[in-house]
Amino acid sequence: MGSNTVHLNVVIARTALGVLLLLLSGPTLRPAYAQFDLVGSWDATGNEDLAGDGLPVDYTGYPLTEEARLRGLSYSQSQLSMIERQCQGWPVFYFAQGPFGLRIWSDTEKANGTPISYTIGAWENRAPFVIWMDGRPHPSPNAAHTRAGFTTGHWEGNTLVAYTTHMQVGFLRKTGVPSSDQARLTTRFFRHGDVLTVLGIIEDPIHLAEPQILTKNFRLSSAAISPVGPACIAVFEGTELGESVAHYAPEKNPFTDEMTAKYGVPRDAALGVPETLYPEYRKKMKPRPAP
Amino acid sequence: MRVRAAMIVALAAAGSLGSAATAQGQNRGGGPPPTPRASAPIDFTGYWVAFVSEDWRLRMVTPPKGDYTRVPLTPEGRKVADTWNPAADASAGNQCKAFGAGAIMRVPGRLHVTWQDDTTLRLDTDAGMQTRTFRFAPAAGPADPPSWQGRSTARWERAAVPRRGDQDLLGAGPRPAGGGSLTVVTTNLRAGYLRWNGVPYSENTTVTESFDVAPHPTGGQLLIVTTVVEDPRYLQRPYVVSSQFKKEADASRWDPTPCTSTW
Repeated sequence: MGSNTVHLNVVIARTALGVLLLLLSGPTLRPAYAQFDLVGSWDATGNEDLAGDGLPVDYTGYPLTEEARLRGLSYSQSQLSMIERQCQGWPVFYFAQGPFGLRIWSDTEKANGTPISYTIGAWENRAPFVIWMDGRPHPSPNAAHTRAGFTTGHWEGNTLVAYTTHMQVGFLRKTGVPSSDQARLTTRFFRHGDVLTVLGIIEDPIHLAEPQILTKNFRLSSAAISPVGPACIAVFEGTELGESVAHYAPEKNPFTDEMTAKYGVPRDAALGVPETLYPEYRKKMKPRPAP
Repeated sequence: MRVRAAMIVALAAAGSLGSAATAQGQNRGGGPPPTPRASAPIDFTGYWVAFVSEDWRLRMVTPPKGDYTRVPLTPEGRKVADTWNPAADASAGNQCKAFGAGAIMRVPGRLHVTWQDDTTLRLDTDAGMQTRTFRFAPAAGPADPPSWQGRSTARWERAAVPRRGDQDLLGAGPRPAGGGSLTVVTTNLRAGYLRWNGVPYSENTTVTESFDVAPHPTGGQLLIVTTVVEDPRYLQRPYVVSSQFKKEADASRWDPTPCTSTW
């Protein structure tokens, strides 16, 4: 047997081994298993009310603690005319509450395509939402809190799951119900065809009597959504720096019964009493006359 | 020769592994396919209670006539909504118009999900006492007349089993756990209401729903139902809402109540 034949046999054997290993391991340069494509522009379908900011005291659908309720009732929207509060912005969960669409992009490891992060672009009153996919740990509990917080993510089947901590104090409701810096957000992204459903579960041991559960829907858009919104620019609106903060005594908030007067919503529901989120609460409500 | 023999054995083994994998993916060696019940990637059975954290005033009380906020109605749809008359609905025996498949998952109440047989998932509601049947197999016989819940076909959407080559692309964290979701398409509907106050959908409507589950942070499970209502007559574009339910341990709070034309 000549040396050429031996060499040929070695080559053939290595090729066969390579084929075998390839079949056993599967290809590596194709879209990841169980992973839908999250990247792109997603329009908010806008068919549900998640913001609840139509009236000053509308806490319907929120299972609030007594502290959150009192803080909400003490809030006056005139605070937004104070220069130092005009751009105070919202925690990251506002991406699932506000009216905006999403622009999502990813960063990947150049060598092998491994996802490093997904980013949901910012808006005027919301910081960018970065979901780290590379296994980095959450910071120390004593680390700085930011408006965006710190988020890690992983895939469970066809669902992207993200977990956010380290958010700054903000709002659960735009009309004054606060969120604390101990709030946590678990987000699940479900994609069905061109519809993206986002489930947001907010836990706040100070302001929520039980976890708040929100879902919001988006539809894939062929028109690009900007990755950043307009800048928030604070301007003088007649309130001098250092003046007292506009507020109400909670028991004297003039808007407390506005939901009742306008829509027949019981006061407990307007104030976010937890039992009002369950169907049996209807039995406690007075029947309304037919319109 | 021995090297060539090894090569042939390796290729033959690879080929047989590939064939086995294909056969497994198809049907485990040619036996009868597993039933939809046996092959369910996820378990929806049990009792679920609506968690009304969105659209509270539109779902828990009857909104004023003409309040069709955030519903993309056509001009004809708005005209119909503006003529809503609950008394006329009641006298005509149409109290269930707001409990049809286009809206039933937004109705505050409880669901009871069971397997009616190996190919039919059954969903009962206590509010309005409605029954929906999700058939994984084609329905036999002539089509039924249109009804509040219509005819629903179902299919599982399965998460694929991970392959070794994909692992590195998934990022960190727990490995994918399989699972999946349920898609239900409903047609053959009677005209109904998207809201209590007479916001209409027509008999030409198609309702496409996706059912997903997720863990609740305090234990138990959540059911998320995404509903897409398409109606060429009364809607300018699809109406998309998602509703959340919490799993309950038993039937102790199950409270059947008949349909009403006002809430």
